[in-house]
Amino acid sequence: MATSEVDAFANEEKRTLELSGHVGFDSLPDQLVSKASAQGFCFNILCVGETGIGKSTLMNTLFNTTFENEEASHYGQMVELRPHTYELRESNVNLKLTVVHTVGFGDQINKEQSYKPILEYIDAQFAKFLEEELKIKRSLFNYHDTRIHICLYFIAPNGHSLKSLDLVTMKKLDSKVNIIPVIAKADTVSRNELEKLKIKVMSELVSNGVQIYQFPTEDEAVAEINSSMNTLLPFAVVGSVDDVKVGNKMVKGRLYPWGSVEVENEKHCDFVKLREMVLRVNMEDLREQTHARHYELYRRCKLEEMGFKDTGTDSQSFSLQQTYEAKRKEFIVELQRKEEEMRQMFVNKVKETEAELKEKEKELHERFEQLKRMHQEEKKNLEEKRRELEEEMNAFNRRKVAAETLMGQALQGCSQQPFKKDKDKKN
Amino acid sequence: MQRDTGVTAVRYSESLEKQYVGFATLPNQVHRKSVKKGFDFTLMVAGESGMGKSTLVNSLFLTDLYKDRKLLNAEERINQTVEIIKHTVDIEEKGVKLKLTIVDTPGFGDAVNNNECWKPITDYIDQQFEQYFRDESGLNRKNIQDNRVHCCLYFIPPFGHGLRPVDVEFMKALHEKVNIIPLIAKADCLTPNEIKKLKDRIREEIDKFGIKVYQFPECDSDEDEEFKQLDKELKECTPFAVIGSNTVVEARGQRVRGRLYPWGIVEVENQSHCDFVKLRNMLIRSHMHDLKDVTCDVHYENYRAQCIQEMTSKLAQDNRMESPIPILPLSTPDVDTEKLIKMKDEELKRMQEMLNKMQQQMHDKEQ
Repeated sequence: MATSEVDAFANEEKRTLELSGHVGFDSLPDQLVSKASAQGFCFNILCVGETGIGKSTLMNTLFNTTFENEEASHYGQMVELRPHTYELRESNVNLKLTVVHTVGFGDQINKEQSYKPILEYIDAQFAKFLEEELKIKRSLFNYHDTRIHICLYFIAPNGHSLKSLDLVTMKKLDSKVNIIPVIAKADTVSRNELEKLKIKVMSELVSNGVQIYQFPTEDEAVAEINSSMNTLLPFAVVGSVDDVKVGNKMVKGRLYPWGSVEVENEKHCDFVKLREMVLRVNMEDLREQTHARHYELYRRCKLEEMGFKDTGTDSQSFSLQQTYEAKRKEFIVELQRKEEEMRQMFVNKVKETEAELKEKEKELHERFEQLKRMHQEEKKNLEEKRRELEEEMNAFNRRKVAAETLMGQALQGCSQQPFKKDKDKKN
Repeated sequence: MQRDTGVTAVRYSESLEKQYVGFATLPNQVHRKSVKKGFDFTLMVAGESGMGKSTLVNSLFLTDLYKDRKLLNAEERINQTVEIIKHTVDIEEKGVKLKLTIVDTPGFGDAVNNNECWKPITDYIDQQFEQYFRDESGLNRKNIQDNRVHCCLYFIPPFGHGLRPVDVEFMKALHEKVNIIPLIAKADCLTPNEIKKLKDRIREEIDKFGIKVYQFPECDSDEDEEFKQLDKELKECTPFAVIGSNTVVEARGQRVRGRLYPWGIVEVENQSHCDFVKLRNMLIRSHMHDLKDVTCDVHYENYRAQCIQEMTSKLAQDNRMESPIPILPLSTPDVDTEKLIKMKDEELKRMQEMLNKMQQQMHDKEQ
């Protein structure tokens, strides 16, 4: 890119010209709007709150429909995030709405890790968008944007203040997403308790530096209403999809033995204010803030992590490409070095093992020799013994023979004598 | 007609005039003495902060026990540990004195990591049992102070779908040490249908996890029907869904304890609004003494038996002659003596064999 040309333009003075007739580019906003409407809008809501606090009911009430959602159990081991995407349509405007619920939040006995799955989910959506942005062949206009535009944090109305879990979680999320805290099940808090609770909650958030979403007050058209709403945060809401009879009308509400709470009655709860602010007035601003502030912060951190910088050591601006090349070279060098290391290690190992094996071989050989020697010695001993035995046997045999002959002679002598006597007798 | 072995019921024959003995006044005598002595009761309340425990206690006993209480911020509660705080008051009604002790457990379930957050509570209950055990076994038993916890009200938040893991773990750690009465707190955020569903759910889960909560004693068969009906209704209503209030509002022309909303007034003592009246009647008016009895007869006895068992097995190992507490020797066979017996048996066998061998040898030699 020719950087010098751009600089030249910046230094030139800009002049305003008067038009002498109607040109017609005042239709630009309309063109923009009609194009955007044709494309359809995307809006992603994250609902964070304990099980059973009324997240699904409030969503149903806000969008006047029934999103299917199974009742969650209290006994999950970890917090899970369940996104559901719906396509809604109102007066020719298409809205792709994604509602993400935190299932099991606040149920575990040890909640120190509870915020992690939420953080990871939000970051994952940012990462997906970043990936798409950095692709070579990308289609951003077609991309289904899943980044969370608003986080409704449901505070349980326990009458005194925020819970410690709420504080910790909101602190972790405030730099990643637009948080709007709401007081759920507000039909259990009486009016002056509600005022005290709102003041206490806001003061705790402020004193702990939690940055919740502020409705924008720059645009004159909505500045007044937004600034007055900012003072009414957090909104105390009641949700219901059932109808109750009030007077002779059927309205959305909850029927108690002591009276009926009307959801859309501003004296009963702040539901109408919430709907106004989130859906009717500031929806586009929420999307912009997500992209311009939270996503940009994420992107900057992520790229800095990867080693990219906007300005180098000698204050020259690097382009992404140069930095990328440099990074790549570094990476390859690193890889080669690692390969060398591993090869060396392998060679060393082989040498070692060879030496060991040789040693063992020698040892075995020695032992074999030793055994052979022992064997020969034994054999010699045995031979000697055998010879001795043979000699003894021979000697014994001789004695035996001698004894036998002697006995034979003696017997002959005896037997001859009787013969003689017989002979004598005969004679 | 009375034999020396056992006791037989003495029946007066119909013809004789029944002579009044007079022991029918025993109940009155007991009544008089007990009024003079006064009663004491220790109640523990447990549950997350903001469930309305203090408000309920104030509503139950119609006083204000918690003046000048300091509540912690969310930040301070991140790593909070559970404390045990006792409040003791003496209250009197129609001449009957009650020394009421409320044991508070601030910090339970409030930290981010609540692992074993019930341990300080179980330790406290065990300590009271141990204290009573030592006092009971001591030499001077005149003025034993009974600090044992007679009842624990556990507040379940109404925001969920039933019991949460921390509720289950807490009740399982305590159900064999103290009478647990689970309550659904802040019941004014539930419609009657939702209350019924939640109660059924909680009863189911209590059965499923084998938690032994306090059971009302069975009615005697000779009570009248109305009482039995009331008793049955009471049992089907557990766990009680309660609402408390520190303020008095004007409703239907009367001044009652209640909560004022833009859409109506919740009356604490209205039975169709919540079960507060049932809880009060049960806890104070009919079953207070039964709670004390169950604590003495069941929980404390379990603790005592366990304690003694541990002690005697330890003693046998250490071979100590003295024991700090006078106890009877156990008749259970000891591991050591059994070993000894075995050894002696084997020796005998060996000697027998040798003898046989020798006899055999002698026999052979003779031949």
